[in-house]
Amino acid sequence: MDEILSIRNLTKSYDDLTVLNQINLDVSRGEVVVIVGPSGCGKSTLLRCINAFEKIQEGMVKLDGEVINPFKGKLNEIREKIGMVFQSYELFPHKTVLQNMTLAPIMVKKIKKKEAEEEALALLDRVGLLTKKDNYPRQLSGGQKQRVAIVRALMMHPEILLLDEITAALDPEMVKEVLDVVINLAKEGRTMVIVTHELSFARAVADRMVFIDAGRIVEEGSPIKFFESPKTERLRKFLDSFKYI
Amino acid sequence: MGFEVLLKGSNLIRLFTGILVALRISMISVMLSIVFGVIIGSLMTLKKPVINITGKLYLEFIRIMPQMVLLFLVYFGTTKAIGVNISAETASIIVFTLWGTAEMSDLIRGALNGIPTIQYESSYSLGMSVRQTYIHVIIPQIIRRMLPLSINLVTRMIKTTSLVMMIGIVEVLKVGQQIVEANRKSSPNAAFGIFATIFALYFFACWPISIFSKYLEKKWEN
Repeated sequence: MDEILSIRNLTKSYDDLTVLNQINLDVSRGEVVVIVGPSGCGKSTLLRCINAFEKIQEGMVKLDGEVINPFKGKLNEIREKIGMVFQSYELFPHKTVLQNMTLAPIMVKKIKKKEAEEEALALLDRVGLLTKKDNYPRQLSGGQKQRVAIVRALMMHPEILLLDEITAALDPEMVKEVLDVVINLAKEGRTMVIVTHELSFARAVADRMVFIDAGRIVEEGSPIKFFESPKTERLRKFLDSFKYI
Repeated sequence: MGFEVLLKGSNLIRLFTGILVALRISMISVMLSIVFGVIIGSLMTLKKPVINITGKLYLEFIRIMPQMVLLFLVYFGTTKAIGVNISAETASIIVFTLWGTAEMSDLIRGALNGIPTIQYESSYSLGMSVRQTYIHVIIPQIIRRMLPLSINLVTRMIKTTSLVMMIGIVEVLKVGQQIVEANRKSSPNAAFGIFATIFALYFFACWPISIFSKYLEKKWEN
């Protein structure tokens, strides 16, 4: 398989607290890997290690065979290839939807404003937000903001997308409109690493599931095996905690 | 009502010249305060204990000290203590800049701290450099956050320049007093006319600034 992302023996600690312990994970081109685990297990930190927002104490992260953490060159060049969407959207509040989307392509990729705007409008149309192009983030609902954040990341043509609990801050009725966008991206063959608490979504979108607990990968596998016949007691307990009888 | 005094001799022009002195002192001080305030305010966000304690002490000292005491300290004090003879206008610019810098740095520090780290990260994750992030993402937000409070500071500085007459600067209030004194016999009501005019002069100096600030706030509101 064509490996795009490769994480080897990644260890991350704050002082004497080890957050991630000897993580090994490979992601193939076009693969959707969904990471689940209890709060504070280190899954969001793992995403942040991938685009070098966190320094790591051991191991390495490679993208396309190039070591990106620990990274020695200009970080912005490598981050250009890695799209990230945050739980709290993090749109730029002083810019309109369209400006949010075209800022980085114009500044970083030096694309002409008109071309960037055309691409942005096409993307907005796809996520049903064309009419919001001149609105400011504060005029949008959470679900709309998150859809803008996703297409803003797509504007940079990233090789891989990292989604960090993108529905955790949303009202329940807005979760689906955001996750539908992500499912469509998966169908297009986008490479994604997704951290989420939405298990039914995880099951629908994942090519592979990864369960992290206390900083270690405890279990991984295809969604069917992962959900139907978990091998470890810890995963079984974790999955049970989502069930109501 | 005492307004007729305004038309005597060059009284009106003298009043205008007076307000210009007040505006010159405050504007120079505002500019310097912005420059130094940005530097000190940014340093304060580095969370280095020595810088923070020094900055905090400085801010508290300036806030506690009445501006008039500071003026006397700098104008009369420096001559005796250091043997440097500075002009009254320089002394007042120093005092107003010390004050403005303290307040401005506190505003900058607050605005910078108010922008969460993740907002920077969201820009970095799009491949933007640190410089591009500051220019296009952070600084525009800082300016928007600071605008109302800094405008308030500027108008306060303009108003407080009326104190500089205490160290002998002939600004608008001093000119007013001189005119009232000179016309005590011929126009006993001069005080009302003159001080009402000074009120109007201050008002028209500060009003456009508030209007401009309201306009920007409204423009940025969306």
